[in-house]
Amino acid sequence: MLEIRNITQRFGGITALEEISFRVAKGEITGVIGPNGAGKTTLFNIVTGLYTQTAGSVILEGIDISRLPAERLASRGLVRTFQNIELFGTMTVLENVMLGLHTRSNSGILACMGKMPWHVREETRIRSESLEWLEFCGISDLAEQTAANLPFGKGRFLEIARAMAVKPVIMLMDEPAAGLNNRETSELAELIRKIRSTGVTVVLVEHDMELVMDICDRIVVLNLGKKLAEGTPREIQENPAVIAAYLGEG
Amino acid sequence: MDLADQIAQYMVSGLSTGAIYALIGIGFAIIYNSTEIINFAQGELVMLGGMFTLFFLETMKLPLPLSILLAVLATIASGVLFERLTIRPLKAPTPLSLIIITIGGSILIRGIAMLVWGKDTHALPAFSGSEPIAVGSATILPQHLWIFALTGIAIVSNKLFFQYTITGKAMRACAVNRRAAGLVGIDVRRMVLFSFAISGGLGSLAGIIVAPLTMTSYDVGIMLGLKGFCAAIIGGLSGGIGTVLGGLLLGTLESLGAGLISSGYKDAIAFVILLLILFIRPQGLFGRAQTERV
Amino acid sequence: MAVNREIIKFLAMVVVILVAPLLVHEGYLINVMVFIGIHTMLALALNLLLGYAGQISLGQAGFFGLGAYISGILTATHGINPWAAMAAAALFVTFLAFIVGFPILKLKGHYLAMATLGLGIIIYIVFNEAVEQTGGPSGLSGIPNLQVAGIVFDTDLKNYYLIWAFTLAAMGLALNLVHSRIGRALRAIHDSEVAARVMGVNARLLKVQIFALSAGLSAIAGSLYAHTMTFIAPASFGFNFSVELVTMVIIGGLASIYGSLLGAALLTLLPEMLRAFQDYDIIVYGLLLIVMTMFMPGGLVKGVPSALSRIRGKLQGRPVPHA
Repeated sequence: MLEIRNITQRFGGITALEEISFRVAKGEITGVIGPNGAGKTTLFNIVTGLYTQTAGSVILEGIDISRLPAERLASRGLVRTFQNIELFGTMTVLENVMLGLHTRSNSGILACMGKMPWHVREETRIRSESLEWLEFCGISDLAEQTAANLPFGKGRFLEIARAMAVKPVIMLMDEPAAGLNNRETSELAELIRKIRSTGVTVVLVEHDMELVMDICDRIVVLNLGKKLAEGTPREIQENPAVIAAYLGEG
Repeated sequence: MDLADQIAQYMVSGLSTGAIYALIGIGFAIIYNSTEIINFAQGELVMLGGMFTLFFLETMKLPLPLSILLAVLATIASGVLFERLTIRPLKAPTPLSLIIITIGGSILIRGIAMLVWGKDTHALPAFSGSEPIAVGSATILPQHLWIFALTGIAIVSNKLFFQYTITGKAMRACAVNRRAAGLVGIDVRRMVLFSFAISGGLGSLAGIIVAPLTMTSYDVGIMLGLKGFCAAIIGGLSGGIGTVLGGLLLGTLESLGAGLISSGYKDAIAFVILLLILFIRPQGLFGRAQTERV
Repeated sequence: MAVNREIIKFLAMVVVILVAPLLVHEGYLINVMVFIGIHTMLALALNLLLGYAGQISLGQAGFFGLGAYISGILTATHGINPWAAMAAAALFVTFLAFIVGFPILKLKGHYLAMATLGLGIIIYIVFNEAVEQTGGPSGLSGIPNLQVAGIVFDTDLKNYYLIWAFTLAAMGLALNLVHSRIGRALRAIHDSEVAARVMGVNARLLKVQIFALSAGLSAIAGSLYAHTMTFIAPASFGFNFSVELVTMVIIGGLASIYGSLLGAALLTLLPEMLRAFQDYDIIVYGLLLIVMTMFMPGGLVKGVPSALSRIRGKLQGRPVPHA
């Protein structure tokens, strides 16, 4: 499904990632963990086209996507969420999700200006489908609110709804549980399982060990820019190197 | 005069206007480096320098050196006042609001200058006569020498200030990382104020020393400001040698272009260069590329 | 339903604009209202770029001028049909902006402001210097009026209806645009360009397209201006006018189509009201820009209602949440 092949990233003289390789299997939830500064977010930024890596490649469903810019990836079914939530603050919750359907609609500037009938039909479809995704994430009661006014936890669910509206094959989540309280975190775990059940592959970077061990099928451990270990949650919990580098920390 | 002589002559006048552009450009760079603001009112400070000098000289009947000193001080005060009244009160500054506020400020200053001094063009007397001096095949005006000397002094003392004084070092720290500078106890807002003061000083000096050559009026600030910005862009918005070279290069190209190609399109040269640099090498001719982070 | 309210609002405005000249008996005021129409179109064009996509342009007067000069030269010098000239001007300027848009819109913030400013000034210098074609600083005269089916648009009243037909059409099209997927994508770029890109919005291309659209619309306004005035000179297309357009957008309201009309109307009427001050109206512009940015960044369209509700809340003695 997704293959990370020998990814190396240097910023100036600093090597942030060195020769990272792993595979993500279709329909699984893969967790990427590691202490702060391990290079997790950098890896995400490379996979999602925001950074260009120094070396190595990213293969999505057999196609090398590593040189594609971020905006070309959504239509290939790859989306992400952000650690600090990147919402469209001045837009309503519904409009945020409607933007998720951008790649699955195609009226151009002229059709939009002239309100062509096909554009009007498309707009109706975008709206109703977006409402479904709000429902899916359990926030349809907030549809007409301005996104900037949402509490942080709701913002997180909105970001996920918006990403689902893209109809992704794979979703990358950067610390989805960060800033959530216990109740919200368990709702999140529920939602991530629900996302997987629709056939979407999930990769997440996360600090909340309980969540990771609970929902992930496989875990990749990064430390200081290198891959330290890979395996099932049980294997990782028993891996002495991981315990030394990471779990031993706390 | 043959072509070589002409070119020599164009070089002299080009380098002297270039020096002016460099001074203005450094003013842009200092403010940009400490605040990430491009101060669109920078040119207006240049204009104020010339106009204040005229005011002290002709209205107050003060001697020229004193008039110049007072004009520089008055311009610095205007720059500081501008920062205090418009930029500092902004609660959530965005690049757009800063652009608009400094444009508003520049229009306002220009309008007030027009109200106070009228729309006429004024000439400032040359600092020490206007008897041309022959240098090889070209001639130089005493004012050119003043420009080179004063610009040189201003640039060197500016460099020394940033290199060796505590305040200068603190301002450089702000330029590198504002938050970190604040954390180690540097009063960032005061440094921002200082940067407006220094660039007000440099700008006014530029406006004063060029006024005897090119005359001055309420609206000279726009073009001088933009050319100064162009110099700073060529120099990669550095507060030092890059911008100086940028200014000299721009001044010379303009002067040669005006003399050899077309004087009507002289002003366009700066903007064509500006666009080319921004398109092809936005980090400036002498700067190094920076990794842009998301 | 929300959609119907939009339509009613628009129709109400159309009716007001249709009957306005019947209530005004001074020809001079109708002339002012013609200018409000042209300025509305220009402010609207800029607002699409500045208010919606969040990209500043300080060179709009250049595109306006190009429209006017292309139309003027093609008709007055080469005797081409004015409508064809208008179409040629619009197409050429749109195309030109599309090409220069790619390198220009790669720039952000202050750099973008300076680059568009530079472009505007270069165009302005060409108007002054290409004397053979443009007539130089003294201008180009003898531009014919537009005509339709034998009606020549040669009086203020006829021009009023001509200009406003175009302006209202532009407003209607713009309203459709901003309420569509393109409008959402533009606002998304403004709010978070990274997130918009991750959602598959080709931010770069879209910004360039809007820049081109904005330039093309300004060129049409320029062409209308040329055929209405029958005389054009570079002074109308300088940097100051670009700043004036930015002021209109800021005062009326960023990202508001009706705000563009309001801003254009106010800034066109202001100099008329400030006649006594002659050229000193630029002081007022400067103050307006600063004060609005500091205290009412949403412009009058958003600022006045929220200020009113705050005052009303205070009068009734209950706290009002900040907007």
